[in-house]
Amino acid sequence: MKPGQMVNKKPFEAVVREQGATVLRVCRAVLGVHDADDAWSDTFLAALQAYPTLPAGANVEAWLVTIAHRKCIDHVRAGSRRALPVDHPPEQHSSLGIPGDGHEELLDAVTSLPPKQRQAVAYHYLAGLPYNDVAALLGGTAEAARRAGADGVRSLRSALAAHQSLAHTSSKGDI
Amino acid sequence: MTLELSPDHAEVVSLLHPLDAGLEPAIASLHARLARDAQLTHTLDIAYRVVDSPVGKLLLAATDRGIVRVAFELEDHDSVLQLLANTVSPRILQAPARLDDAARELDEYFTGTRTEFDLTLDFRLCRGFRLNVLRHLPRIPYGSTASYAQVAQAAGSPNAVRAVGTACATNPLPLIVPCHRVVKSDGSFGGYLGGSEAKRALLRLEAAA
Repeated sequence: MKPGQMVNKKPFEAVVREQGATVLRVCRAVLGVHDADDAWSDTFLAALQAYPTLPAGANVEAWLVTIAHRKCIDHVRAGSRRALPVDHPPEQHSSLGIPGDGHEELLDAVTSLPPKQRQAVAYHYLAGLPYNDVAALLGGTAEAARRAGADGVRSLRSALAAHQSLAHTSSKGDI
Repeated sequence: MTLELSPDHAEVVSLLHPLDAGLEPAIASLHARLARDAQLTHTLDIAYRVVDSPVGKLLLAATDRGIVRVAFELEDHDSVLQLLANTVSPRILQAPARLDDAARELDEYFTGTRTEFDLTLDFRLCRGFRLNVLRHLPRIPYGSTASYAQVAQAAGSPNAVRAVGTACATNPLPLIVPCHRVVKSDGSFGGYLGGSEAKRALLRLEAAA
């Protein structure tokens, strides 16, 4: 922003319209579909409260992702149904997606990622934050964040590939 | 592990596409929940909704004190909301509940069953003489008109005819504060925020009822 140039803040309604979907995707990736709605609500209510103090011309998307990151952690700490830091998550079936179209498999695969990988994938690929900003949220270096993101994507791919080959054999096998 | 290129961004995004299942309806109900929560926690400074009317879509906006703005389509609703964000507060959400009474009364007005409004108004967007003028306008009875000069006289400043014109032209609460009942001394309509066609339609509606 140039000095002397007034940048006015948009009505908050426009912020919800423009960023609502991205924040929900991020919350879904980090927390799972079921707890994402509560985290989204907490995020936008906190954002609405603080909105007048946000400097004009600030990066609204990065600001929202930062709030969402904290709200998701709050949810995990408050003992939500599905905790974030688990090494071996229990098998769970999602109620979303059509079985066999890979939706459920992807959601399961995301849930089974280690938390840092899940967060790195969400913040970088879904919210579009550069790895420097992702590192600022997660702690550690940008390189570590980049590695977590890349490892996360690789795990997702191999989980999906495993599911697909299983699906192929079972569809022919007629169990 | 050796050096490895970061995965292709677009490809990863499409891989993650299942996260979008039912996203639109989820956002719609989350938006409604946000509007309710914001109202309950007193963090919603301006609630608004858009209603259909015989003079086009109307934007209705309210603070916790009352109706603060009624705007015609001609004024461009997005610009009006931006101006409210700049002058009152950017904590603005589409939250219909606060405008239920206003929407109902306007509806009754347009069907000819209501001749005056019983709504709490927030006049914070106008000051001084203009506010004086606006406060006087509801005394012009439904179905009749007054000239700018008559309004100036009634507002206590007979020479301020032009200022009355400005007050009407910048009325933040048209329809509810009936600036459409103020016409030129020669009987012609004069300008109107919603366009002269809308002014004519309103006076015709009131004359017929």
